[in-house]
Amino acid sequence: MSAILIRGGRLIDPAAGIDAPHDLLLEQGIVAAVGAPGELDAAARERHATVIEAAGRVVAPGFIDIHVHLREPGQAYKETIASGTRAAAAGGFTTVCAMPNTTPVNDSPEITRWMQAPERNAAIRVLPIAAATRGSMGEQLTDYAALKKAGAVAISDDGKPILGDAIMRDALALGARVGLPVIQHAENTDCTHGASMNLGALSFRLGLRGMSVEAESSIVARDIALLATMRDTPAHLHVAHLSTAAALDAVRRAKGEGLRVTCEVAPHHFTLTEQAVGDYDTHAKMNPPLRSEQDRMALIAGLADGTVDAIATDHAPHAPHEKEQEFERTPNGITGLETALGLSLQTLHQEHKIPLARIVELLTSGPARVLNLTQCGSLVKGRPADLVLFSPDETWTYATSHSLSKNSPFLGWTLPGRIHATIVAGRVLDPEKSLGA
Amino acid sequence: MKISANQPAAAASSQQTSSSFSWHPGSAISIGHFSLPDVDRILARAAKLEAMPVPRRAKLLQKRRVALLFYESSTRTRTSFELAAKSLGADTVLVSALSSSIEKGESLKDTGLTLRALGAECIILRHPNSGAPFLLARETGLPVLNAGDGMHEHPSQALLDLRTILSRIGRAQHTRPVARVPIDEKTLAGVTVTITGDILHSRVARSNALLLPRLGAQVVLCGPPELLPEMAADIGPGVSIERDFERALARSQVAMMLRIQKERLAGLQLDLARYIERYRLNGERLRRFAPEALVMHPGPMIRGLEITSDVADGPQSAITEQVHHGVAVRMALLARALGATAARSHRAATKARPA
Repeated sequence: MSAILIRGGRLIDPAAGIDAPHDLLLEQGIVAAVGAPGELDAAARERHATVIEAAGRVVAPGFIDIHVHLREPGQAYKETIASGTRAAAAGGFTTVCAMPNTTPVNDSPEITRWMQAPERNAAIRVLPIAAATRGSMGEQLTDYAALKKAGAVAISDDGKPILGDAIMRDALALGARVGLPVIQHAENTDCTHGASMNLGALSFRLGLRGMSVEAESSIVARDIALLATMRDTPAHLHVAHLSTAAALDAVRRAKGEGLRVTCEVAPHHFTLTEQAVGDYDTHAKMNPPLRSEQDRMALIAGLADGTVDAIATDHAPHAPHEKEQEFERTPNGITGLETALGLSLQTLHQEHKIPLARIVELLTSGPARVLNLTQCGSLVKGRPADLVLFSPDETWTYATSHSLSKNSPFLGWTLPGRIHATIVAGRVLDPEKSLGA
Repeated sequence: MKISANQPAAAASSQQTSSSFSWHPGSAISIGHFSLPDVDRILARAAKLEAMPVPRRAKLLQKRRVALLFYESSTRTRTSFELAAKSLGADTVLVSALSSSIEKGESLKDTGLTLRALGAECIILRHPNSGAPFLLARETGLPVLNAGDGMHEHPSQALLDLRTILSRIGRAQHTRPVARVPIDEKTLAGVTVTITGDILHSRVARSNALLLPRLGAQVVLCGPPELLPEMAADIGPGVSIERDFERALARSQVAMMLRIQKERLAGLQLDLARYIERYRLNGERLRRFAPEALVMHPGPMIRGLEITSDVADGPQSAITEQVHHGVAVRMALLARALGATAARSHRAATKARPA
């Protein structure tokens, strides 16, 4: 693999505290040098490096999505690891963490290893998140130590919350012992039966059963209370796809009290509100549901002030026949990998003036810290050469997808932030081309 | 409707208009899609069709094909739509969930496309899922008449309820024919309509609460919190909540009673005996608190539960008149759905059909 010089770009590496013009020399799949503009030209010539001109572009660590559904094993008609990682690369991601609600559930080291095997033909790095309980049934803990050894980076029963107090405490305790965070899908399913959107005046008018704010915030509060009894352990709770102001406030208070709680927010939750359900648009149905404008504004404030640790897409591909059903029957979720940067730039940067460096942090070092991914999320010398080049102001239209599924409410949207290249371990993936298929 | 319509604004937007035409304009899906002039035209047409000589009326939709697609059971609505279609000369075919390929798992989309391929020009849909008529209308391009979708709406019921109210109170003054009452924002000024019972699960309540206030009426929703959440008052202007049935009755010109939908009560803790004690409309309550009020019920009613027989069969009751008005209103909706514009788009749909 020949060396690559990335010249003339604006390097934003929040973990290293850099937001300035810098050149990068990549060699052997790692960052060989970071230097002032022009400083690396001689070294690059010496190594016959390929030169990528990055003038006017942002050079950032490759994005990390700690919440995706790649649907393999078992649901390859929705997505495969190959197709999902190509969609990820098109969106500037170089690492994705795959949730375990596959068929069968990823609750074993065998499946965890299977997902990472070269035969899956992943375009970027795939880090599995393993089930917290056998079959994600919420009853019997899986073998966290063995799962970690097989490559799992976190534990979660995503889609199925861990409701029992005792089993949640045990999960946090075992996670603490082996050094894995527990990711909770916070939903009190006892009170969300049949719910398909946010509970409120709009759900009443549409005649749809609603999911209350408390269904989320009560579980977050319960989990935080459990964590507070475990201060002497390194137990770490991560709240997945947080969607309400009330739950965000609970996380903010817990952080203030020094508890090890982190949270992520999805682009659709900070971009859209429940109004997007419109005339029962199934591309506006996900869990947690789109919320009120007040919740949306609270999430944006949390993204700005540091309460939110990461932007995560909850990329959830579904086949057309599944989304062409009655609203209440259609499965939850939308795809999100290809639009995460565009929506973040449009909503957070352009409309709400959150600095570009903070947005890059939420997509790189933020998620890396959540899951303790020490090799990802920064471009200091010696780290893997995982990076993305994009023009923050250049617009593009979301017309085609690399995902096997097209269930996005953002198809047809024109967004800022054109991705020019995604580089994984020094290998250049051009989103305009086949992405290394 | 796609939410991509006008993004950046869509991000913060709170209002999405319901005037998207991704479905056939002859459809009747939500009462909110009808302007007051639309309502006026429909009621005028209903009166005209009702007064028309039967042989002439039977030529209006002669041999046009209307499908009744019923995923839920129904007596009134189904028969009413069927008689309305037949009296305009249309051929009707009934497809019900239990005796069709729906039972084998065929999707709503495929069922709709199949009916279209068989020549259906209009589909009347009753479905247990809210919003199902939008899906059917989008996928088939045919005019879809919503005969009740989940807990969402029942627009033809609201129109026939309005016709019933106008025939008995308001500017009609019991003398002039219904068609002469002009529909505008003052037509029901000073009229209070109390809707009592299982508001939460009622598509009739929603359609009426969205329609009647636009004509100047006050709509009072009445019932216990389990069946009437506070947020119901936010459905639109002119709608309020009164938990005390007798207080609500005392200010009402119309008392509309709803059935307790036992099949939808799973999980709700409702004390039926207490409900009957507080909310049943009986003769004594009616005499004491609303001796002049019109009594309505969309049916099916459970005598002895929400209403007693003396009231249901009494002089203040308009319950059978409601059923009667249903046929005229549904004739008007069918004529509108299959009118001149609809014929054009039917040809377009036929052309678009794969060979």
